[in-house]
Amino acid sequence: MSPEAAAERPRRRADPQAWLRRALALPYGWLLLFLLGPFLIVLKISLADPIVAQPPYTPLFEVAEDGARRLAASLDNYRFVLSDRLYLYTYLNSLKLAAISTLLCLLVGYPMAYGIARAHPARRNLLLMLVVLPFWISFLLRVYAWMGLLGTNGTINELLLWAGVINAPLKLLYTDTAVFLGMVYSYLPFMILPLYANLERLDPDLLEAAADLGSRPRQVFRDVTLPLSFPGVVAGCLLVFIPAMGEFVIPTLLGGPESLMIGRVLFEEFFANRDWPVAGADAVLLLAILLVPIGLFQYFEARREDET
Amino acid sequence: MKRHGTFVLSMMAFGFAFLYVPIALVVLYSFNGSSLSTVWGGFSLRWYGELFRNEEILRAVLLSLRIAALSASVATALGTLAGMAMARLPRFRGRTLFTAMILTPLVMPEVLTGLSLLLLFVSLHDLFGWPGARGGSTIAIAHITFSTAYVAVIVRSRLTGMDPSLEEAAMDLGARPLRVFLDITVPLIAPALLTGWLLAFTLSLDDLVIASFVSGPGSTTLPMLIFSKVRLGVTPEINALATVIIVIVATGIAIAARTMRRREARHAERPAPLGTGTG
Repeated sequence: MSPEAAAERPRRRADPQAWLRRALALPYGWLLLFLLGPFLIVLKISLADPIVAQPPYTPLFEVAEDGARRLAASLDNYRFVLSDRLYLYTYLNSLKLAAISTLLCLLVGYPMAYGIARAHPARRNLLLMLVVLPFWISFLLRVYAWMGLLGTNGTINELLLWAGVINAPLKLLYTDTAVFLGMVYSYLPFMILPLYANLERLDPDLLEAAADLGSRPRQVFRDVTLPLSFPGVVAGCLLVFIPAMGEFVIPTLLGGPESLMIGRVLFEEFFANRDWPVAGADAVLLLAILLVPIGLFQYFEARREDET
Repeated sequence: MKRHGTFVLSMMAFGFAFLYVPIALVVLYSFNGSSLSTVWGGFSLRWYGELFRNEEILRAVLLSLRIAALSASVATALGTLAGMAMARLPRFRGRTLFTAMILTPLVMPEVLTGLSLLLLFVSLHDLFGWPGARGGSTIAIAHITFSTAYVAVIVRSRLTGMDPSLEEAAMDLGARPLRVFLDITVPLIAPALLTGWLLAFTLSLDDLVIASFVSGPGSTTLPMLIFSKVRLGVTPEINALATVIIVIVATGIAIAARTMRRREARHAERPAPLGTGTG
């Protein structure tokens, strides 16, 4: 290093975040290896043929006799999944169950988020904590709690029999209704939190102005609150819809044989049938379906980040 | 002016009842002496006795706690770096990809994460002979991966709401970057670190699907054990186990909430000179 350069160095302020730039390599590398890497491999395996071996699929590259590598990809698994009626039904049914669950979450969650956002400021944190608290208790056990409620000898049937409303127990458990209840129950906090964050920031002056100008409370809500809370509605719906599409535990524990969902079928295909390539093709198709909602979620999150 | 319409109030009452009645019933039935899950057979601690004598459950609890503590700690370290980078570095190479990778695990269905990670482990094993056997360590790697994203989001939102002038002042006074990080930044974001660690710990303890994929023979975590037991119906022992978990979680949250409220109260009643604050 020349003496001039050495003398000049202290004057230029060093990048104070240089260490952070270097340290970033750790989480970056980790996520590349364990988050992005796996998806590329799923893509690869979904193109392979199943064989009875460990691991049970053919290698993607076959080394030919002349030593050249040949791409041994086949779209058979996709052709199978896409032409099978049961799979088609499963995909459509997942869309249906996830969409209805999201809508139900919105119907229950919006008034709650609205009520919390309009509650006395001292009470808001307590109410929010009450919304989040169940989330900290095991998801599996919360779904399990509904098995006790909905069973043939479950609490709801016992209560209704005792009250004389019904003569024979209703079939509640192992139905789509049970799946909806479980979904709303499990994902409600994910709907309420973004809605609350949005409604709480709503400028109260706007609402007052609308009221002063003669709007009735119902009109204020319809013309001011509802349109302004749209970003919160979108965020909440995406946070519920995307994981609900791939849900495994809820349809397996609460649903009936007809409550087929992709997550459940993928799990079965993988563990019971040991058909890894078909499970892989399943996963890629599920991801393809979710690409649009996940992209939307990322877009809205990035925009929200820019605003703050 | 009335703050709430009747509709909103009744929806809130309904919503909170909906959230809490099922949990309350599990707790109630855990004290049921009858082995018929929903027929009340008098108050009894029978299921708690069976629970604490069940070695299979205790082994699963220990394995799950070990994985959760390890993955929460590593995820908090990685997630803090990731969150700081997102909040403090306006641009770096691959920022878009990085942000996408942080946001994806928040919504990714677990079957996808689990299946893809298992296939990665199998491929790595074929290529490098690592990981030799799947079990606790592969589950921990999987949990670190998604927990890092949650911690990063929490740390980022805490940092973006924070004035960087304290750190800049320390830097101008000649403190080295690592000093500034340890002495200024970490104490300031401590609540976010605690929340992140607890969340990562809970997410790890809670995970059934991903662990089922990446686990190997002999490594049964608590959710895997619970799932195999409840798959066929209601089990009184699991009611007792759920009650124990609920009590621990509620106590933990109450303590965390109190600590944070105290901290905030202490911050509010400044300016006390640094170092003279009482605990």
